[in-house]
Amino acid sequence: MRDALNLALKEELARDSSVFLMGEEVAEYQGAYKVTRGLLEEFGPKRVIDTPITELGFAGLGVGAAMAGLRPIVEFMTFNFSILATDQIINSAAKMLYMSGGQFKIPIVFRGPNGSAYQVSSQHSQALESWYAYFPGLKVVMPSTPADAKGLLKSAIRDDDPVIFMEQERMYGMKGEVPEDEEFTIPLGVAEVKREGQDATIVARSLMVPTALKAAEELEKQGISCEVIDPRTIRPLDIDTIVESVKKTNRLVVAEESHAFCGVAAEISAEVNERAFDYLDAPVKRVSGVDVPMPYAKNLEQLAIPDVERIIAAVREVSYS
Amino acid sequence: MSSQPTEQRARSNSTAAGVLDPPEKTDKSSSQQKELQEDRETLLNMFRLMLLIRRFEEKCAESYSLGKIGGFCHLYIGQEAVGVGSISALRKDDYVLTSYREHGQAIAKGISPDAIMAELYGKATGCSRGKGGSMHLFDKDVSFLGGHAIVGGQIPLATGVAFASKYQENDRVTLCFFGEAAVNQGAFHESLNMAQLWKLPCIYICENNMYGMGTSLARAMSFSDVAQKSCAYEIASELVDGMDVLAMRQATERAVKRAREESLPTLIEARTYRYMGHSMSDPGNYRTRAEIEKYQERDPIKTFANKLKQQNVITDADIAGLEKEIKEEVEHAARFADESPLPDPSELYTNVYASPLN
Repeated sequence: MRDALNLALKEELARDSSVFLMGEEVAEYQGAYKVTRGLLEEFGPKRVIDTPITELGFAGLGVGAAMAGLRPIVEFMTFNFSILATDQIINSAAKMLYMSGGQFKIPIVFRGPNGSAYQVSSQHSQALESWYAYFPGLKVVMPSTPADAKGLLKSAIRDDDPVIFMEQERMYGMKGEVPEDEEFTIPLGVAEVKREGQDATIVARSLMVPTALKAAEELEKQGISCEVIDPRTIRPLDIDTIVESVKKTNRLVVAEESHAFCGVAAEISAEVNERAFDYLDAPVKRVSGVDVPMPYAKNLEQLAIPDVERIIAAVREVSYS
Repeated sequence: MSSQPTEQRARSNSTAAGVLDPPEKTDKSSSQQKELQEDRETLLNMFRLMLLIRRFEEKCAESYSLGKIGGFCHLYIGQEAVGVGSISALRKDDYVLTSYREHGQAIAKGISPDAIMAELYGKATGCSRGKGGSMHLFDKDVSFLGGHAIVGGQIPLATGVAFASKYQENDRVTLCFFGEAAVNQGAFHESLNMAQLWKLPCIYICENNMYGMGTSLARAMSFSDVAQKSCAYEIASELVDGMDVLAMRQATERAVKRAREESLPTLIEARTYRYMGHSMSDPGNYRTRAEIEKYQERDPIKTFANKLKQQNVITDADIAGLEKEIKEEVEHAARFADESPLPDPSELYTNVYASPLN
């Protein structure tokens, strides 16, 4: 996964001289998670820039640079630190095009790991996609495979709007085939059916995609055929693909790492209720991160994050089996 | 490298009310000069712009009370010399970013009063097509990059615009205005640090009007000498009498030279005063009439008019003629705004995304 992201960055830096990368430890240190490894050597300090620990400042600097015609990629060491930069992401990046009457587009990517890692406790384990997906003007992308990561990151960098690109630390080591074609991109706003099935639909994103696929495998053995859909882009959300699937399976489970309250699963549930209520044979079921700050202890942490068993239980519940 | 403050300054005095005195006695470059360096056309243009801004803002106050302008409306009356003097030192393609008190700077940078007034009226012909309003004026054609309404939010943005100029290897300079209250925000300090660290051609102008809404500087800042804060970042700085348009112009010229030729930032603290409330809804109960009158004695337009008259650049008859011309220009702007159409309802959904996808 990290190599796929690295390749996307490398290809896009090579393709367009207005693209530059900045963030904490992205250059000389080679990236806190090594996603930016080798980029300083290849593109030099003008294009690959170590910043001070000053998230509000460099996020705003990136937005300003985008106003003047550059295409910045801003790395947050983790999205937890983006909380300091929300003023610039929300008040500047998301609204600039609108409040300038269409004069200033902001082609910028904010990227980094989101969600849980391994025992890094409350302040370093937050899944913030529902925050950013709330705001018109932002696009929010969450890849779940190395190939998707490459194709979606390239599209995000080429996109003319601010894109929040959320990776997952637990997935950086994930293996998978990645197209080497430099023109391989995956359009934003298009979901993918990761597994076809007939009896129930599971919508999952990021870390929950491999988890849901494992649950689907297990459920198949139990006689329940699950369709697993990865929206890949949270905003704009490809709700049509989800609704189509629900019309076929009549049952929906939405799995997510983030909290349920005011979350993305709640939004998907509402959309499905509005668009496909008559097709539902059971209430939509959410499987979300437990409603507590992330604990440190390994056993408590495992309890806080949705796992295969919880997804299986939820599918069985909506299947009344 | 000129990393030291360019002017030696005494610590500023505080009055009993905690209000700072303007630096008339400490700024060597300003009003004590006998000869005017600028040519007549430049001087007249600056005077005309200051007067235009004053009359434009008075018209805004009138239109606001008639309900033609909605929301918040922050007037620039009293501070005209800061915007006009500093922007007069720029090229047309140099950038300006500023706060929500920006009608005057927008006029000085070259947005037409018609397009600004139409924006304030929320009309389709406004410079932001009626979507921004008083606090969000934009015009790409004159490199006016907004009107930003979160205190200090424009400071990192301006730093980024300056970063882009350096990256693109052009010699455009970025001017960033903010009030003294913004200096307490982290955005100010984070930006100045990066600007000097990376040698960015950005000029930061703090318009110190001594009040952050209703809170005086003395009640909000532990160390109230804004220009001296540059020392923490080794940024060149200057304290300027913000009621003196020529002092503002000359200080900005020095900063522009530093930015354009050496790619270095500057912090300018302009001591000024706003005569009106923070916004149109502020009755200003936190300060006395006497205090306001004290500053009005040094009114930037009045003192500049006297200087120009002493130097035989302008006569009372010229000023009367200008007043008449400007009155017509402002009336035209109000009429244009009044008669312009509202944005089409379909505009609600445009410009949310540059590439909407679906």
